[in-house]
Amino acid sequence: MKRFGPYLVLLVFLLWLASSWRAPRAKPGDFDLASFDRIPVLVGGRIKPLDTVARNSLLILSGKQSLRLEQDGKKIKMPASRWLADVLFNPEVADTYPVFDIANPEMLGMLGLPDSGRRKCSYQELKPHIAKIDEEGKLAGELQATQRTPFQSAAFNLRNSLFLYQRLKSSVHQEGTKDFAKEIKTYADAVAAGVEKLRESNEALDKDRLMLLRGAVARYQAQSEFAYMLMIAPPAGGGEGDWLSTGDALMRVKSVATVPPSVYAFAEMGDAFRAGDTAKFLLVTREYADWLNTEHPEWASRTTFELRFNHIEPFYGSMVLYVAVFLLACFSWLVMPQGLRKTAFLLLLLAFAIHTFGMFARMYIQGRPPVTNLYSSAIFVGWGAVLLGIVLERMFKDGIGSAASGVVGFTTLVIAHHLGSSGDTLEMMQAVLDSNFWLATHVVVITLGYSAMFLAGMLGIVYLLLGLFTPLLTRDTAKALTRMVYGITCFALLFNFVGTVLGGIWADQSWGRFWGWDPKENGALLIVLWSALVLHARWGGYIRERGLMAMSIVGNAITAFSWFGVNMLGVGLHSYGFMDKAFPWLVGFVISQFLFVALSRLPARFWRSFRGAQQRDLNAVGFQSATTQS
Amino acid sequence: MKLLMRFLRASASLKLTIFCLSAALVLVFAGTLAQVKMGLYLVQEAYFQSWIVWWTAPSGNFSIPAFPGGHLIGALLLINLIASLITRHIWSWKKLGIQLIHVGIIIMLAGGLATDLFSVHSFMRIKEGETKNYSEDSVRMELALIDHSDPEAEQVTAIAGERLADGGTIKHEALPFRIEIRGFYRNSGLQMISAQGGAAVPASTMGTGKRLAVKSLPRATRMDERDVMSAVIEIIPEGGQSLGTWLVSDSLAAAQEIEIAGSRWSVQMRPARYYNPYSLELLDFTHETYPGTQIPKNFSSKLNLVDAENNDSRQVLIYMNNPLRHQGATYYQSGFEPDNSGTVLQVVRNPGYQAPYIACVIVSLGLIYQFSIHLIGFARRRKTSTAP
Repeated sequence: MKRFGPYLVLLVFLLWLASSWRAPRAKPGDFDLASFDRIPVLVGGRIKPLDTVARNSLLILSGKQSLRLEQDGKKIKMPASRWLADVLFNPEVADTYPVFDIANPEMLGMLGLPDSGRRKCSYQELKPHIAKIDEEGKLAGELQATQRTPFQSAAFNLRNSLFLYQRLKSSVHQEGTKDFAKEIKTYADAVAAGVEKLRESNEALDKDRLMLLRGAVARYQAQSEFAYMLMIAPPAGGGEGDWLSTGDALMRVKSVATVPPSVYAFAEMGDAFRAGDTAKFLLVTREYADWLNTEHPEWASRTTFELRFNHIEPFYGSMVLYVAVFLLACFSWLVMPQGLRKTAFLLLLLAFAIHTFGMFARMYIQGRPPVTNLYSSAIFVGWGAVLLGIVLERMFKDGIGSAASGVVGFTTLVIAHHLGSSGDTLEMMQAVLDSNFWLATHVVVITLGYSAMFLAGMLGIVYLLLGLFTPLLTRDTAKALTRMVYGITCFALLFNFVGTVLGGIWADQSWGRFWGWDPKENGALLIVLWSALVLHARWGGYIRERGLMAMSIVGNAITAFSWFGVNMLGVGLHSYGFMDKAFPWLVGFVISQFLFVALSRLPARFWRSFRGAQQRDLNAVGFQSATTQS
Repeated sequence: MKLLMRFLRASASLKLTIFCLSAALVLVFAGTLAQVKMGLYLVQEAYFQSWIVWWTAPSGNFSIPAFPGGHLIGALLLINLIASLITRHIWSWKKLGIQLIHVGIIIMLAGGLATDLFSVHSFMRIKEGETKNYSEDSVRMELALIDHSDPEAEQVTAIAGERLADGGTIKHEALPFRIEIRGFYRNSGLQMISAQGGAAVPASTMGTGKRLAVKSLPRATRMDERDVMSAVIEIIPEGGQSLGTWLVSDSLAAAQEIEIAGSRWSVQMRPARYYNPYSLELLDFTHETYPGTQIPKNFSSKLNLVDAENNDSRQVLIYMNNPLRHQGATYYQSGFEPDNSGTVLQVVRNPGYQAPYIACVIVSLGLIYQFSIHLIGFARRRKTSTAP
């Protein structure tokens, strides 16, 4: 039992993960969206499955990836793509869903809603206030993000949300369209007749048909200007630039025979959906998705893969596992050192494997190196730190590497989760950044440098907490921790220096200046200077064990400032938008790190582990056994 | 000699290293935060490219030295590094990595200093079909005085904007007149004086300035703004009467014509120009976006390079991350005219541009070398300590 225990736990977690990897099944009587989900469309310059569009849109509007509703007195959870189907084909129903997240009390007041905290509103509720929201949002939009009041930010965001919602509704056809398939046929016939007439006798169409054409063209024109998605795939052989909105596609129609099959497919889908014909809907979506599979196998295989990635939610799985790893590693210092430590390490490997899978999946979908924006940098910082932690755990076998990895892995993934709430995290790269070579070298190297700084800082905190509040920090453990922090700081200096210089060279290649004192550059320089300072102070003997730990904890604060703080200044070339929500968190984090430093300055008699050598030897059972037995 | 060694030993102190690194940390941190209020350009001048950072009292009456500036810290660190390289690190295989790292950092600091002192940044704006043989400075201005008396060639005399700031009288052998500076505005705003007149005072007695009022503005701090330099000049021909005053300003696009001593002149305040012995013609500018979005995917300029002196004429394509290097200057795709009708190229002449490349390689080698020694030693120790 003792030998197999850790593997048994691993198996349990594997099964738990595997159970969540199955695609969700439709309830009997409701629409089966499995094929609808994987239909590729072009949004924001990237081809993605409808499921991704649905999740991201709902995330922007409501902050969640699924919709919580009350239907017939029962609380239900509606998947994002089911909501999207309503938005596209049955907007009257979609208008009643509470999707607009409003938290600002002033905004709630303006909408005449009770100020009882955050709530979700439906489009119908907001409709009477649209003019007012539009006006306030427009005014706020003229200000810089850093200058907006909370109410103005709320107005600005709500206006954007409403705009997005309206554009989504116009993706297939204009609101209020009933029988789209029939409309298309009539229109195409009229166009064909007109062309024929012109060719024969140069004489105009009869008045009715002319009016019909004029009305239709105006409608399609409006639709194509407003559409959020480009839904009409080009014929086989076409490129990404050949995708069209339905309106555009219809305006190019010459006769019924030239209506692109995609337009018909969406028209039939919509008509079946409105009629509540689940069988027909499933048939049409499946036929269309399969047709795209044969027309554009490359796009279809990517979107199918992305759909699977959406279902697996790898980062959620590894987040849960990291917590388990941390707890198990901590308990291993108190009871069952061998077994728990091994279990923690196995789970850490599993979590890391899923984390890695998620990262590579994103790279495959986007065709880019791992770090392309703040969201992916958070994922990668965690990944790098966990990798280093695994190496430490392999070397020292004392549970400290696992515990630190668990905390850093979990924290960075939580940060990533919150950074991801602004929509698609696989966005297209701006022209300046469009260089896979530099993204793969400069960005990856410097982000690994961040990982190392955070891991060193985390080890510093472990040293402090163990030493101050528990008797577990024996001389051996303290020495081991010091070696770890020293080694990782060397690693951090190497990566941060090389990464910063590579960034300078990139800047020299693209703007003609190696160094411009831009805030992000300065942030990177601060980390380099700090690690150089730590190492020189150590070599000169100005700091010892505790000084090294305290300085590595300060390194946490500096790295956080350089990672996020400089982006909040709102100046320079690297500012990717102001993150007002993250600001208090950053300040809190920095303050907490300095509190740790202040604690570490307490004289040795306050440290439980250092109180008298004899007492320490008696109390140090947990760690001794963990380090000597392995 | 003994004295020199003593000086070197003293400057090689690790305490000085620690002091320099800490001071640099504080300076960079403060300089980053200061950018929120002062903007990047002014902070660079005050914090990083200076010997001393001055603190000005809120009243603006007096300034006191507050902190060592970037140049001072950099110079101290350079001395410290060189001294420690000579005195402290005795050459040995074990310390080869450390030596390399410090040599690399020395090259980098020296290169940085050279760049600060000698590099010149300018911009070249070309419309499609246009040919240009000069680029323009983004910050520095010049007062151009153009003599049109020779129908074959114009003769241009340019006076640096900084000279105007000093005020007083300007004389030059190419000019048959002297210039008195009657007003100087580092950053200014111009305003039309309405027909009714009002309280506004005309900026000058002659030229465009008769209908304009000029007022001084605080220095520009935002990345997308720049100072608008203006000056009021009085022109007095040799041995003659004053012709009156003229307003010259960066925001007046057209040159003003003046009749001086029987010949035709024009005056203009314009960005300082750098002329090249070769020219560039813009054949085509393209601005690609990702399908269905406004996100820029690529900007590129197709140009005709004509260098008669070196018999070097060819077509070149400049796009993001792919500059053109020609005769010591590097041309980068930097921007474009709002209607995509022309391109904006950044032109950089930097004799020290290779320093970071060399330094990076040397330091990386040193770091990797030292790191590997460490790791191998560490692994060996672990092996021996775990062995029974």
